[in-house]
Amino acid sequence: MIQAFNALMKRDLLLAFRHRGELANPLLFFLMIVTLFPLGVSPEVVLLRKIAPGVIWIAALLAALFSLESLFRSDFEDGALEQMLLSPQPLAVLVLAKVLAHWLVSGLPMLLMAPLLGLLLAMPDPAIAALELTLAIGTPLLSLIGAIGVALTVGLRRGGVLLTLLIMPLYIPVLIFATNAVTAAAAGMPIAGQIYFLASLLVLALTLAPLAIAAALRISVS
Amino acid sequence: MPLTKPISPMPLLSVIDLECIRGDNLLFSGLDFKLYEGQLMQVEGANGSGKTSLLRILAGLSLASEGQVLWDGKDIHKQRSFYFSKVAYLGHTLGIKSDLSPLENLKITLALASFPFDETAVYRALEQTGLSGKEDVPARSLSAGQKQRVALARLLACPTKLWIMDEPFTALDASGVSLVRDLLETHLRRGGLVVLTSHQAVEVRGDVVRVNLSEDGLR
Repeated sequence: MIQAFNALMKRDLLLAFRHRGELANPLLFFLMIVTLFPLGVSPEVVLLRKIAPGVIWIAALLAALFSLESLFRSDFEDGALEQMLLSPQPLAVLVLAKVLAHWLVSGLPMLLMAPLLGLLLAMPDPAIAALELTLAIGTPLLSLIGAIGVALTVGLRRGGVLLTLLIMPLYIPVLIFATNAVTAAAAGMPIAGQIYFLASLLVLALTLAPLAIAAALRISVS
Repeated sequence: MPLTKPISPMPLLSVIDLECIRGDNLLFSGLDFKLYEGQLMQVEGANGSGKTSLLRILAGLSLASEGQVLWDGKDIHKQRSFYFSKVAYLGHTLGIKSDLSPLENLKITLALASFPFDETAVYRALEQTGLSGKEDVPARSLSAGQKQRVALARLLACPTKLWIMDEPFTALDASGVSLVRDLLETHLRRGGLVVLTSHQAVEVRGDVVRVNLSEDGLR
């Protein structure tokens, strides 16, 4: 089981590496949304500092959604997904490997880029630390939840809009707790409550989402 | 449907009263057959008669609207993991990643089937299917027939009891067709089972049964 998990994760990372250009797209998108705000709204420090948590988090959320769309697409088209479904290994474990690989190439780079964007929007240091913490817990959460929707819509020709409609409501709690935590940290208040909430959501998603993704894939492929 | 001499007393794969509905169309219903060790079943029928649907139901990818598929007397969906370790499915889409080389493709197949990776066995499988020298080129640059051969090498590299093949002869040249025939005959001699659809009349020596969906499958 562990062997299959590792092999599938390595395969996905290798495929991602051979398509580096496509990888950059969601990241550029993330970077662009955030950098356009000072230009479009106002370069005023007080205002930027105030909207920064929301801006960065919304950009991360949209970039995650954008990058997730292709999670099962190529596997669905070339039949690799069928072969995955026909593996004697538990499908939930295999999809977890795929989601993890996807997070490593999409969520992790966002996590690394976020402090720079925080500086760009004049965020104070404690807020940047809180931003990193919320993104570290939040981006895997976005990947796991999003993957359920992607698995449900992979068989549809134009699943994009439907995917957004399905997933957005589920992303909202993550967005609320995360931005709230960052804003509180900027004001020097404790953020343990919000972090615990996000962490419990992550644990919940880690245990239940793979099962839901697996079930959704079986429906999509049949 | 006439049954030829059984090799083992118990049928390994049996289908009971199978019905398949796609959209508003009844493709087939009341389909019954049994398959014993060393038997090959050729599914025939006109275009759109449900050959691929039947194969996908047998592979456990789709659910039948009615009826059961039994492996060794037990419903395949009640022993999914065990059943999947006995079956290889070769569909219309081959499941070959075009950005990976044939070798890498086989590697991941073996890992998914929880087979230990044995380099010599994998190279031998690729050589047997006529792909020596192509082990490390990206599958993208291979022709359709060569990709089909990679998928066949998958069957050799991780041996399973039941092969389900959807049009295994398409895209293959004459030597490819005789290669598949040899593979099938060897597999049958070893007591394997095969279910395949094919438009080409390819004579496979062995215990071949036929089912015609356009005639047998509809009441």
